[in-house]
Amino acid sequence: MEIDPFIFRLSIFVLAIFVGYYVVWSVTPSLHTPLMSVTNAISSVIIVGAIIAALAGDNRNIFDTANIFGYLAIILAAVNIFGGFLVTHRMLAMYKKKKKGK
Amino acid sequence: MSPNLLAVFYLVSGVLFILALRGLSSPETSRQGNFFGIIGMAIAIGVTVISAGNFSTGFILLLILLVLGGSIGAFIAFKIPMTAMPELVAGFHSLVGLAAVFVAISAFLNPEVFNLGIPSNIKIASLIEMSLGAAIGAITFTGSIIAFLKLRGLMSGSPITFLGQHFINLALGLIIIGLVIYLCRTQNEYLFWSIIILSFLVGVLLIIPIGGADMPVVISMLNSYSGWAAAGIGFTLENSALIITGALVGSSGAILSYIMCKGMNRSFFNVILGGWGATESSSKTSSKDQKPVKSGNADDAAFLMKNASSVIIVPGYGMAVAQAQHALREMVDSLKKSGVKVSYAIHPVAGRMPGHMNVLLAEANVPYDEVFELEDINNDFANCDVAYVIGANDVTNPVAKTDPQSPIYGMPILDVEKSKSVLFVKRSLSPGYAGIDNDLFYRENTLMLFADAKKMTEDITKNL
Repeated sequence: MEIDPFIFRLSIFVLAIFVGYYVVWSVTPSLHTPLMSVTNAISSVIIVGAIIAALAGDNRNIFDTANIFGYLAIILAAVNIFGGFLVTHRMLAMYKKKKKGK
Repeated sequence: MSPNLLAVFYLVSGVLFILALRGLSSPETSRQGNFFGIIGMAIAIGVTVISAGNFSTGFILLLILLVLGGSIGAFIAFKIPMTAMPELVAGFHSLVGLAAVFVAISAFLNPEVFNLGIPSNIKIASLIEMSLGAAIGAITFTGSIIAFLKLRGLMSGSPITFLGQHFINLALGLIIIGLVIYLCRTQNEYLFWSIIILSFLVGVLLIIPIGGADMPVVISMLNSYSGWAAAGIGFTLENSALIITGALVGSSGAILSYIMCKGMNRSFFNVILGGWGATESSSKTSSKDQKPVKSGNADDAAFLMKNASSVIIVPGYGMAVAQAQHALREMVDSLKKSGVKVSYAIHPVAGRMPGHMNVLLAEANVPYDEVFELEDINNDFANCDVAYVIGANDVTNPVAKTDPQSPIYGMPILDVEKSKSVLFVKRSLSPGYAGIDNDLFYRENTLMLFADAKKMTEDITKNL
């Protein structure tokens, strides 16, 4: 019998939770705020769903309700992607070591 | 592009996202990590657009929207002051939540594009996945909006509670589950809309009873939810990048919530059920007038610190409110010039989000190797001459160690009272968020400095 592809996705999901668990515990507490902003940025990869939804259908009816929700989601996710990565970058650029202590 | 190749690319961006989080294990590697995250995102977006293969009107519109959203995001990212970071993150979470809802709606309305079946005959598994994604996304959206309003001060930070609140939440949760089951059987469009609307309501009800100082937990929790919502959508779209990212973000937020709860010695449910500190404040403050308090001015404080050999700074939310981090750094600079050893002690729940104080100190150019976490510095208080408490309160209250009756009993605190003298900058003697009088105010070795945190720090610098 063939295995349902769902099971493979579930395996990826479960393993990724464990990867996430160990990776996040190794994040230094002083970087917890950048951690939140970067996780926020990467969770906007949901934009791929929005793009698929938006570009679906032939060109005559790209303004279907379903497409429009896709377009709206693209805007929201784009705000997040750019905002999230840039603000993380801005924060990380501020973390400096002691100058003479090196 | 073949679906297999596409899947490999999504896997690559998933791995790059893991590396992005991995980079945050130290400040040196973090910038590179962020770069990996950006590449991962670019790959995911790029291959999706290419595989959609639609390069006409829709594509142009897509580019316009990307630029529009991107410039709004970039504008916010550059303009936002570091003190407003908690509300920014809450606001961003709400966008992820709403985007998840929108994607779920388009998948529901147009399932053929995602190979999920045809309208009113969608695969059961996909239906469950998209309803869950939409429901969690909706809760994240309204919950984050409430958190944003509370953090921004547009809504009172005090908990809003009413009779039967938890019962209503529970009932709504059960109704949503029931509707999902019913939706799978009937494929009725209205059930899908009801699930989303009820979830919006749950998001509001879930966050309003939680008070301002519990916001670190709330933000972490919503962070986690936005991840689970993304994962739900990832299952619907059969997209491994989304599934991996959702799992990463979900577990990251969960771990942060756990760390924050531990920092307050409270269980997760205790925080979520909320209402803490709203009822007890009146009874606890009765005896405060009789106790003597020593208060001083900037001159006394400057004298004490100048003659100290080591000083530990304990910042809290009050420092963020007063925007005192730059003034503080200047004070520390002049202290260092006169040979005083200075370090900073950060309590895990200081501020309104995880790592809030660290970011503010970094903004003020404080080197991160002078900033220590609770476990690493707590023993040093016994050997330090002056502890300078600026804007923190409950996290320094020795009652947490001595009085089993106190609501904060058992919470790990910074042992500020062990230092030779304590300088406590505060506007008045009012109790902190928890509504508990701070024993530290009345200690023999405590000198209260009644003033705005920023102004006092500047005055001290002048007197050094």
